[in-house]
Amino acid sequence: MEIFGDMGELAAEKHVEYILSVEKKKDSFESVVMEHLRMNGAYWGLTTLDLLGKLHAVDVDQIVSWIIKCQHDSGGFGGNIGHDPHVLYTLSAVQVLALFDKLDVLDIEKVSTYVAGLQNEDGSFSGDMWGEIDTRFSYIAICCLSLLHRLDKINVENAVSYIVSCKNLDGGFGCMPGGESHAGQIFCCVGALAITGALHHIDKDLLGWWLCERQVKSGGLNGRPEKLPDVCYSWWVLSSLIMIDRVHWINKEKLVKYILDCQDLDNGGISDRPDDAVDVYHTYFGVAGLSLLEYTGLKAIDPAYALPVDVVNRIFIGRQSKKES
Amino acid sequence: MASSSSDEEFRQWIPFRQRPEWSDVKPLPQDDGPSPVVPIAYKDSFVETMDYFRALYHGDERSFRALSLTSEAIQLNPGNYTVWHFRRLILEALEVDLQNELDFTEAVARGNSKNYQLWHHRRWIAEKLGTIATSKELEFTRKILSLDAKHYHAWSHRQWVLQTLGGWDDELSYCDELLEEDIFNNSAWNQRYFVITNSPLHGGLKAMRTSEVSYTVKAVIAYPENESSWRYLRGLYKDDNHSWVNDAQVSSACLKVLSAKNNYVFALSTLLDLICHGFQPNQEFRDIVDALGTPDSDRQGSDLAKSICSVLERVDPIRANYWRWRRSKLSQAV
Ligand SMILES: [Zn+2]
Repeated sequence: MEIFGDMGELAAEKHVEYILSVEKKKDSFESVVMEHLRMNGAYWGLTTLDLLGKLHAVDVDQIVSWIIKCQHDSGGFGGNIGHDPHVLYTLSAVQVLALFDKLDVLDIEKVSTYVAGLQNEDGSFSGDMWGEIDTRFSYIAICCLSLLHRLDKINVENAVSYIVSCKNLDGGFGCMPGGESHAGQIFCCVGALAITGALHHIDKDLLGWWLCERQVKSGGLNGRPEKLPDVCYSWWVLSSLIMIDRVHWINKEKLVKYILDCQDLDNGGISDRPDDAVDVYHTYFGVAGLSLLEYTGLKAIDPAYALPVDVVNRIFIGRQSKKES
Repeated sequence: MASSSSDEEFRQWIPFRQRPEWSDVKPLPQDDGPSPVVPIAYKDSFVETMDYFRALYHGDERSFRALSLTSEAIQLNPGNYTVWHFRRLILEALEVDLQNELDFTEAVARGNSKNYQLWHHRRWIAEKLGTIATSKELEFTRKILSLDAKHYHAWSHRQWVLQTLGGWDDELSYCDELLEEDIFNNSAWNQRYFVITNSPLHGGLKAMRTSEVSYTVKAVIAYPENESSWRYLRGLYKDDNHSWVNDAQVSSACLKVLSAKNNYVFALSTLLDLICHGFQPNQEFRDIVDALGTPDSDRQGSDLAKSICSVLERVDPIRANYWRWRRSKLSQAV
């Protein structure tokens, strides 16, 4: 197995080791910026482990009790203990609990009331009580409420029409009406429309072409015209293409090779571009991207909920195996 | 950086426990919980600053020293939204002149301008200041965009300013300026579309179409590989396919690019779209597409659209599946 050197393969074990030991050097900028978004870090790291089939390597009870401590009186979650609630971290908390099949520890009424309370009259969503509005928050709120089976708490029709108002002439979506199309925002808008059963608002052929134009010669994907490719866009672009059923329009082999080229084969982890420094965020998006590309040995991930397919099925189809036993 | 007063505090960092004005505060440490997932070792100065911050935050102390503490905490980690929230509460309570706050955000932006909290804070200030902030906000975003012309946050902020506070007068010429610097700047093309469709000064898309089409046709002929300008040209005929198909400027721009036989993918795909929408190509178009085909490629006879798809499949191999699909759609239509 020492012939890893020629790219070609996913260094799965190295990535597991990397995630389990994300050891922050004391003075690194990363350790400082991670403090407030630890909940996102937990989601990225743990979902990656699950896709790699290694979720059992962590202590579930410890993580669940930490997550509960991050919950605020309002029902929302902060990025860490004692931090203010924000919808970004609330979704991550719900997603991590879903991974562990522990959604039952939540007071679902309370969490969903918090999330639903962030909807504005025009259908848009704010991220927190301070009111920053962005289509990212529309996706996050809709995804979160759907996982909790509480979409009935918001005005879905208005939520959809706000997202549609952010559609551009190229078929893509921006962060607000008039905002430039951006693959990350497109994922959010397409994901929200997929979850609410409103994909008919999308011009799939036009958007599909824009998305497949994101693939550059190296095989990687960029997020906007004339920008550099980046592993995280493997997720944003690919998942969008899958949701609108146009993923066969890109060259999958070249994209797989690009992601594999971004691995740190010595210490594990995946970076944005070949030879850059790795981080948990790009490791997650790289592995998730490969999962969408049906890479051997990885669990399948759901393109809309950004959770393993078996987790999503457990939530929406039920838990036959448990009932039977 | 050195000229800003808020930075002077950072030249030599003194631990809070050694500062006399903080002796009455008992620092409150972060509880990271027992979780081993993503363990974090923090830098000392960061730990101490945040411990004092938590103490004041929990005591809800909206004072001038709390304001300066938030400045330090934001400099250490501008991504911490709780610190920004608390800063706004303090600013409101102390009724501070928000003009100074604009300077503070500019100093933070010099360190890292790609930060949601910073821009949200800036919008909050501008909203409070109202139209007296308009020119400063346009100038601020212009400064950021001069360093990174595709800066997503800066563009969002600028669009918000224009729509909320106004200041449209020079916006179209600003787009000209940016496109002159970089004709491939998709953000500037997007802004151009935003201006002609939203500005109260230009009379809307239809009124602008003639002049915009001639501007854009020049752009696509000069740089035919530019995805953004081709998409913009198409956007000028939004909800009006009839005018698009029948405007000779569009088809002759395609013809011109195809004759040069260089970087013609977008010209060819535009011609394909035109044909799919009813454009009747003359012999000149057929001859030019024939000239782009390889000698051994099967002659499609009269079906120009199919020949176009074959050429595109060959010259744009990474998207070969897309062009094959376009071709299969043509046969379905027959
Ligand atoms: Zn990235």
